[in-house]
Amino acid sequence: MSINPAGWRPERPETAANAAPATVTGNRALMLEEPLIFEVGSTLTTGVDLAEPPAGKPRLGNLERTTAIGLPGLSEPEAMRHYTRLSRQNYAIDLGLFPLGSCTMKHNPRLNEKMARLPGFADVHPLQPVDTVQGALAVIQELAVWLITLTGMHGVAMSPKAGAHGELCGILAIKAALEAKGEGHRKVILVPESAHGTNPATAAFAGYAVENIPATAEGRVDSAALIARLGPDVAAVMITNPNTCGLFERDMKTISDAVHAVGGFVYCDGANFNAIVGKVRPGDLGIDAMHINLHKTFSTPHGGGGPGSGPVVLSEALSPFGPLPFVAKHADGHFALVEEETAGDDHPQSFGRMVAFHGQMGMFTRALTYILSHGADGLKQVAEDAVLNANYILRSLEGALSAPFAASGPCMHEALFSDDGFPEGFSTLDVAKGLIDEGFHPMTVYFPLVVHGAMLVEPTETESKAGIDEFIAALRSVAERAKAGDVSLKTAPHFAPRSRLDETQAARKPVLVWRDAVLAQAAE
Amino acid sequence: MSRYFTEDHEWVDVEGDTGTVGISEFAQGQLGDIVFVDVPEAGKALTKGGDAAVVESVKAASDVYAPVSGTVTEGNPALADNPALVNEDAEGQGWFFKLTLSDPSELASLMDEAAYAAFVAKQ
Amino acid sequence: MRYLPLTDTDRQAMLSVVGASSIDDLFIDVPEAARLSGPIAGLPMHASEMAVERHMSALAARNTVAGQVPFFLGCGAYRHHVPASVDHIIQRGEFLTAYTPYQPEIAQGTLQVMFEFQTQVARLLGTDVANASMYDGSTACWEAIGMARRITKRAKAILSPGLHPHYVSVAKTMAKYTGDALDTALPTLDDDFGIDALIAKIDGETSCVVVQYPDILGRIADLSALADACHANKALLVAVVTEPVALGAIRSPGEMDADIVVGEGQSLGVGLQFGGPYVGLFGCKDKYVRQMPGRLCGETVDAEGKRGFVLTLSTREQHIRREKATSNICTSSVLCALAMSAHMTLLGEAGLRRLADLNHLGAAAAADRLAEVPGVELVNTSFFNEFTLKLSKEARPVVRALADRGILAGVSLGRLYPGEGALANGLVVAVTETTTEDDVEALAQALAEELA
Repeated sequence: MSINPAGWRPERPETAANAAPATVTGNRALMLEEPLIFEVGSTLTTGVDLAEPPAGKPRLGNLERTTAIGLPGLSEPEAMRHYTRLSRQNYAIDLGLFPLGSCTMKHNPRLNEKMARLPGFADVHPLQPVDTVQGALAVIQELAVWLITLTGMHGVAMSPKAGAHGELCGILAIKAALEAKGEGHRKVILVPESAHGTNPATAAFAGYAVENIPATAEGRVDSAALIARLGPDVAAVMITNPNTCGLFERDMKTISDAVHAVGGFVYCDGANFNAIVGKVRPGDLGIDAMHINLHKTFSTPHGGGGPGSGPVVLSEALSPFGPLPFVAKHADGHFALVEEETAGDDHPQSFGRMVAFHGQMGMFTRALTYILSHGADGLKQVAEDAVLNANYILRSLEGALSAPFAASGPCMHEALFSDDGFPEGFSTLDVAKGLIDEGFHPMTVYFPLVVHGAMLVEPTETESKAGIDEFIAALRSVAERAKAGDVSLKTAPHFAPRSRLDETQAARKPVLVWRDAVLAQAAE
Repeated sequence: MSRYFTEDHEWVDVEGDTGTVGISEFAQGQLGDIVFVDVPEAGKALTKGGDAAVVESVKAASDVYAPVSGTVTEGNPALADNPALVNEDAEGQGWFFKLTLSDPSELASLMDEAAYAAFVAKQ
Repeated sequence: MRYLPLTDTDRQAMLSVVGASSIDDLFIDVPEAARLSGPIAGLPMHASEMAVERHMSALAARNTVAGQVPFFLGCGAYRHHVPASVDHIIQRGEFLTAYTPYQPEIAQGTLQVMFEFQTQVARLLGTDVANASMYDGSTACWEAIGMARRITKRAKAILSPGLHPHYVSVAKTMAKYTGDALDTALPTLDDDFGIDALIAKIDGETSCVVVQYPDILGRIADLSALADACHANKALLVAVVTEPVALGAIRSPGEMDADIVVGEGQSLGVGLQFGGPYVGLFGCKDKYVRQMPGRLCGETVDAEGKRGFVLTLSTREQHIRREKATSNICTSSVLCALAMSAHMTLLGEAGLRRLADLNHLGAAAAADRLAEVPGVELVNTSFFNEFTLKLSKEARPVVRALADRGILAGVSLGRLYPGEGALANGLVVAVTETTTEDDVEALAQALAEELA
């Protein structure tokens, strides 16, 4: 079997004799407990005033609901308090540095939010006649031009809903292009073992066999091994560049040329585009397709796990195969929407539709607002500051924590450390939980898988030097405690709304919905 | 009855042409708390070294390979309700499935208990 | 630049710690030929907040705003009133700027919202469980077809003629790569939901029947017999709900024994936004939960015994299973799920039912008024808040002409099914609580003039 030893069991914190007293409410001053809506709401309460329905005879075809739904309601003040209290149990970029590697948690400008809420963008239906949505189509087109120009590519598919959806878009375009060349028999996609899990999942979904390519001792894809594996059965290579170890793949162009020479395509996972935006164009490295996470590089909010947005830039060879619908600009300045109806004339080789409508319009308006704010000069500065901040962290901490690839040169926008050298019983997880007590969100842990006990730190460019210095001091202190075998780390966090949660219980006996009977009775 | 082990930490007890397969005590210790086991259905044909079952801890899913080729006769029904059996008794009640061996000569390539203990000691 | 805190002094100090003489020293791994010396040519430079606002506002002004004209579009996206507090809640930085809750001790806010959302959605859809959201309804629909394949180990899905054509189109795209056979058919411009025809198609090879409820023409029907027929053949019934407000008035698909119920949640709490971001709903029976795609939040306790929530069953997902995952989905739509959940909390059972009544009875009155217009025939005998009219001439040019008169009249079937002559005269009209009697009157009079 393949053993992945990441299971763990939470431990009960020791209670000091002089611990703070319990409170009747369970609250701790500003740290407020909040029950579930099902425990406090009632099915008779509503926080919305609605008009009296007009008189008339229902035409529901004998399908009238006869049972209670069981939805509790709250008045507006109760609802505001519920969600405000819950919000305060979250860490967020607005609270502090959020150094999740490969996630690019940068500041989310509020101008983006304001622009997305202009009624001309927020209150427009996706199926309105195209003459009534020229401004919306103009936004899509303008953002498309920026993305194409920043990446040095030929075209862009705007509709994918998130990064992984964009990966799928790119791979489907590659598959369609190969089939059009009579090369549909190619069944293998090569993926470096350091890749994000979506890469092999996407390739497998599209029907490809995934073969892993090893990494070198200095954290880059083994380009010799990769090139040696190329052949007539290889459809594509999926590479993340900058890669998940935070390093630029120096041999990218060589790899691309070799892949093209055997008739394959190069997919680049653009999750780490923030490191090179405005500085390097992936098109110059021979990339055929790359998704861009607008919620990373272009500052649209993560929202606790989406919505994302994952446009895919495409090379000239792949552009004819991109998905529907897309926006076309006519010579007279009028924007048209190319859908199934006209695709036969305008885009006959498209692999088809991926989503119901036009993609994440609300994210397009935010990303375009951000891009216009920075401009070409500001975006270049974004990449430079992101990379400078990461290198500053790498060099400031390489004495305190093992940094497996630090000797090989500078990193890009994220610094990689590991738990190498920790005493028995202490690991990356303990450092992560210790950082929480210091008021920071932990870095990405146990990823990339190629480094044991990995800690991937991505500060982004929107942190001040003072903020980064404070983070460095905190991480150094926690690392030193771990190396010294400080057992209080094993029960960290001590000051968060919750201590370590029992994930084993959650997975063995899943409780995924609230099933208490009290509300059901109230609803009768 | 004889017990054999693989380098991938599966064990198989053989009695006649029937084998009972599980994962080793060493393996369960490495995995941590087991939360779910996906055992093969009766009738499934397995090839030595091929995917046979999946064992999940909270953060990881690990494939269990068939130590020998054969046809599954039964998956362990107790694991559905109580995957913790694998942690508690990996080489007993925490067995995964039984199969009818199609090629008993494959056993020759497996380790006996002593050889496996020596193998694990080097891990 | 207002989003970049580093000063030039900071940069110099940091470069010296790093041991680099210039920032370009940090980019030495980039081949020289690919390194750009200055800002990319042909693109504008940075701009002030005011300048950007002016530019974006000018683009926004080129769109016809739904709320400023008589407006009747639906077909998978609906205009409802969203309480002001919902938008305030989702703009709280602790929700807006948080990441996926991988560190549950400091993400209980998002996690509890997910748990409440899962419960609310499961109850609304009538399923045992629901996940923490998908990209949108169309991708949720495709994922349900894939899930049915994994459960039944069969790869032939029957899609009802009343399934949104874009959802069908998405499924067709994906099926090309997974090898699923999809049985599809065009809807007919009549009052037949098509239950009997679907039942007749089910056989021992069928993985699932996918049926939209209410369907693309606004028709509704009892799904119980269809569920029975599916189960008799060991196939699954997948129901798709694109207007969840309907479930405040009509029986849920889960109650009628659908195995998987998916949907588009945009109607509750999420604005039209020209099609996205929206929020895909996904619920199913308990026994299928391990085959479900997407993120799931579960209840547990912390080391002190306090109730808390975590992401769970994550071994189904791509970051652990890689090429063996149930789906390649990574991001979901949590902020939209929060909006939907908050809207449902504000409505409560009583509010949702009243909202549904308002929609339904308003639509019924509108249907009667519009059916009085010469050249207009009402296709549906039963519906929720959306119905189909058969016009005396092709509907698509009528819709364009009415748009020129400042009325967004609905979705013509010619737009959804171009080139299908038998459907060309169909116009799908949605009426919600935001539609006024004056709006309906304006549409009736304008239609009368266009059809005269």
